[in-house]
Amino acid sequence: MSVHELLFWLLSLWAIVSASFVVLSRNPINSVLWLISTFFALSGHYILMNAQFIAIVNIIVYAGAIMVLFLFVLMLLNLNTDTEPQKSRLIHFTALISAGSLLLIVLASLRSAELTDIPVTGAGDIGLIEVLGKTLFNEKYVLPFELSSVLFLSAMVGAMVLGRKDPATTEEKNIVKK
Amino acid sequence: MPIEYYLFLSFTLFAIGIMGVLMRRNAIVIFMCIELMLNAVNLLLVAFSKVYGDAGAQVFVFFIMVVAAAEVAVGLAIIIMMFRKVSSVDINILNRLKN
Repeated sequence: MSVHELLFWLLSLWAIVSASFVVLSRNPINSVLWLISTFFALSGHYILMNAQFIAIVNIIVYAGAIMVLFLFVLMLLNLNTDTEPQKSRLIHFTALISAGSLLLIVLASLRSAELTDIPVTGAGDIGLIEVLGKTLFNEKYVLPFELSSVLFLSAMVGAMVLGRKDPATTEEKNIVKK
Repeated sequence: MPIEYYLFLSFTLFAIGIMGVLMRRNAIVIFMCIELMLNAVNLLLVAFSKVYGDAGAQVFVFFIMVVAAAEVAVGLAIIIMMFRKVSSVDINILNRLKN
C-alpha cells in the first residue's frame, strides 16, 4: 500500500466520522466544530489530488468564513443542548433507513455504469492557480463570474433587509414602555 | 486511486447529509447538513476533473462555493428573523400555514 492510498483511506475515515458526528452530536456548537473538521479532511483530499487552489479556497471560504458565520449566529441566539429540539426515536430510525436506502440504490446503479479506468492521481497541473485562472477568465466563464458579483450584492442587501429589526414593532414596544 | 473510491466516499457523505436533514429539527443544523451535501458534490467534481483533465469542473466548484456563501448569508438572516418572531429555531413550529 503506497503512501497515497494510506492517506486516502485515513482522510476518508476522518471525513466520514466527522460528518457522522455533525448529524449525531446534540449540541449545535459541536456540530459546527465537527463540520469544520470535515472540511479540513476534504481539503486534504483536494491536496492529495493536487487541486491546491480549491483546497486553500475550501479552508478560507468554508472553514474560515461560512462556519464562523454559523458560529456567530448560534452564539447570538444562545442555542445549546438544553434548547435543542429532539425528534422521536421513530423519526431517527426512519431517517437512517431512508438515507441508507438512497445510498444503496445509488451504489447499486454504479454496478451497471461504465466507468473510466483512468485513475485519480496527484499528477498534472490542473488545479494549480495559473491554469484555473486562465480557465476562469476565458470567454466561457467570465460572464458567470461577473454575474456572481451581482448575486453577492443582492445577497448582501437581502441579508441586511431581512436581518434588521422591524421598525414598526420596535416603535410599538417603545410606546408600550412609555 | 480508481474513481470508484471517490464515488463511494462522495455518496456516503451525501447520504449522511440527507440523514441529517431528515433527522434534525434545528434549522441551523439542517443548513449545515446542506453544506455537507454541497461539499460531497464538490469532491466528486474535483475527482472527475482530474480524471478527464478538464479545469472547467474546478471552476464549477468555485461557483458552487460562491453560491453557497450567498445562500448561507440570506438563509441565516431568515433564521434570525424567524427566531425573533417565535423565539425558537425548531422547524416543527413553522407548520402554521397548515391551518
